[in-house]
Amino acid sequence: MTEHERRAKAEQRERFDFAVIASWIPPGERVLDLGCGDGRLLRYLSETRDVSGYGVEIDRESVLGCIRNGVDVIQMDIECGLSGFEDNSFAHVIISQALQTMRTTERILTEMLRVAAEAVVSFPNFSYRANRAAISEGHMPVSEDLPYDWFDTPNVRFFTIADFENLCARLGIEIRERLAFDEAGCEVCEDPNLNGSLAFYRLGRKS
Amino acid sequence: MSPENSVGVVAPRRVCFIEPLQLTSGAALPGFELVFETYGMLNAQCSNAVLVCHALSGSHHVAGHYADDPENLGWWDNLVGPGKALDTRKFFVVGVNNLGGCYGSTGPLSINPETAKRYGADFPLVTVEDWVAAQARLADHLGIVTWAAVIGGSLGGMQALEWSLQFPERIRHAMVIASAPKLSAQNIAFNEVARQAIISDPDFHGGYYADHGVVPTSGLRLARMVGHITYLSDSQMGEKFGRRLRHGEHKFSYDVDFEIESYLRYQGNKFASFFDANTYLMTTKALDYFDPAYHFDGNLAAALARAKASFLVASFSTDWRFSPARSREIVFALLHNRLRVVYAEIDCGAGHDSFLLDDEHYHALLRAYLENIAV
Repeated sequence: MTEHERRAKAEQRERFDFAVIASWIPPGERVLDLGCGDGRLLRYLSETRDVSGYGVEIDRESVLGCIRNGVDVIQMDIECGLSGFEDNSFAHVIISQALQTMRTTERILTEMLRVAAEAVVSFPNFSYRANRAAISEGHMPVSEDLPYDWFDTPNVRFFTIADFENLCARLGIEIRERLAFDEAGCEVCEDPNLNGSLAFYRLGRKS
Repeated sequence: MSPENSVGVVAPRRVCFIEPLQLTSGAALPGFELVFETYGMLNAQCSNAVLVCHALSGSHHVAGHYADDPENLGWWDNLVGPGKALDTRKFFVVGVNNLGGCYGSTGPLSINPETAKRYGADFPLVTVEDWVAAQARLADHLGIVTWAAVIGGSLGGMQALEWSLQFPERIRHAMVIASAPKLSAQNIAFNEVARQAIISDPDFHGGYYADHGVVPTSGLRLARMVGHITYLSDSQMGEKFGRRLRHGEHKFSYDVDFEIESYLRYQGNKFASFFDANTYLMTTKALDYFDPAYHFDGNLAAALARAKASFLVASFSTDWRFSPARSREIVFALLHNRLRVVYAEIDCGAGHDSFLLDDEHYHALLRAYLENIAV
C-alpha cells in the first residue's frame, strides 16, 4: 500500500467514524469533544449537522490545528478532570478514540456525564478476533484500529467491550446504544467482543 | 533600511476631543488629546481594523520606527507588520497611548486648562473603562464602527476584555493575552509597594514634582525594580543570572555584588529616565480597580453576559503574575455564556513578559487565529 493509499484509507475510515458519531448528535446541538485532536470531528459536525461546540486538547500542535480549522478549543489536561465545565452544560460530550490514551478512565467517564446529559465514546476493542490471534502468536496486536507498535503507542489503557461494559455498570452508567464494527467497517451484531474491532457507545446516567 | 516585513518609518498622530469625558471615579475631563499610530490601510468597508492596547509601560508606538530615531522600534514590532502574525497587508492596525499616559496623550504631564500648570497630582484617576471609552472616541474619529479585533497583553488584555463588555457591538474578536479578570491580593500588594516607593520619595512632592523642577527618580526606580521581578519567572531569572557575581567575589558592601542586582538597577534607572511617576501611580490603580464582576457580586460569568465577541485567551506556563489559572477564569465565564473562545496555554519560560517575545509557537497561534478573521 502506498503512503497515498494509506492516507486515503485512513481518511475514509475517519469519515466513517465521524458519520457514526454524527448519527447520534441531533442537528444544531452544542457538544464538547474531549481529546479533539486538530478539531476535524467538530468541523465535520459543524459542517454536516450545524453542531457547535468546543474541543479540549492538551497537545499544542493539535491546538494550533484546531485554530487553523476554525474550531474553538480549550487547551487543558483532561486527566485533571473537567472542573470549570459546569454541570449539564452540554447536550453531548464526545470522546472519540482517545479514552484509551488516558489514565484516569473512571474519572473521565464520571466527569463526562456530569457536564453532559449523554456521552458518546468510541474505542478500539482489544479482544477483537485479530488482536486475540496476534496475542496467541505471542505478539501485541497491530491492526486497523490499533495501528501502533507496542513501543510507540499513545495508548495506555487496553480494554475490551466486555471490560468497558463492566466498568459502566460499576459506575452506574447506562448504555443506551452500542455499535461495533469489524476492520472492514461492517457492523457486527454477533458477539461484538470477539468480532468488533471498533466500538461506539451512547451513554447516559442511570435514572 | 527597514527589514522587508517591517512597517518601516512611522509617525505618531494626534487627535483632540473637545467633548467632556465623564470618568468612572465621578470626575470629568473637559476634553482630551490622544496620540496614536496606524499601520496598514483601512479597507472600504472599514472591517479590517485592529486595536492594539498597551500594558503598563507601553505606548502608541507599536511597530516600525521613527525617521529620526531608527533604533526606537515599536514595542510589538515582532508581531505587527507586513507578513507578520498581525499582518498589516490584511489589517489596519491602531496603537494608542492611553489617557493619562506619558507619551503625549493627555495625562499628568499635560497643562491643566484651569490652572495653566501641569496637572500633576490633580489629574483624575482613570480606569480601564475610561481608557476604553476614550479609545472609542478614537475609533469614531477614524471611522471605525466595529473593530475586527482588539488585542492586548496583560493590562492590554484587560482593555480587550473591557471592549467586549462596554461596546459588545463594536468588537468582533477579543484577544486577551497573559491577562486576568481582576488582580489578586498579591498583585495589588506588589502595586502598593511600587506606589509607596514613589510616594515616599522626597522628590515626589505630593505629585507636584514638576512644579519643583524635579522627578522622584529613586521612587520610580524602586517601583520598576519590584514590578520587573514579577514579570520574570524564577527559573528564567535563575538561568539568566543565577548567583553570578559582578566582580567574581563577595565585596561585603551594599554596592552591586550579584548580577541580578545590576540588572534590576539597570532596568530601574532606564525606566525612571523616561516614565512619569504620576502615570505609573495612576496605571497601577487602574489595574487594581479593574474587576468587571465588581457590580455583579463577584460573579464573572454574569458580568460577561453582555459580551458578544469571539475570544482568544492565551496564557503562559511560567507567568506567575497572571497565571494560566487566571486566564481559565475568563475562559469558563465565557463558556458559561456560550461565547466562542479559543484558549491556549503556551509553554514559555519567560514568565509574564512572554507575551512580548516572539516565541514561535505563540506567534503561530496568533497568526492562525488572525488569519481566520474575516475582513
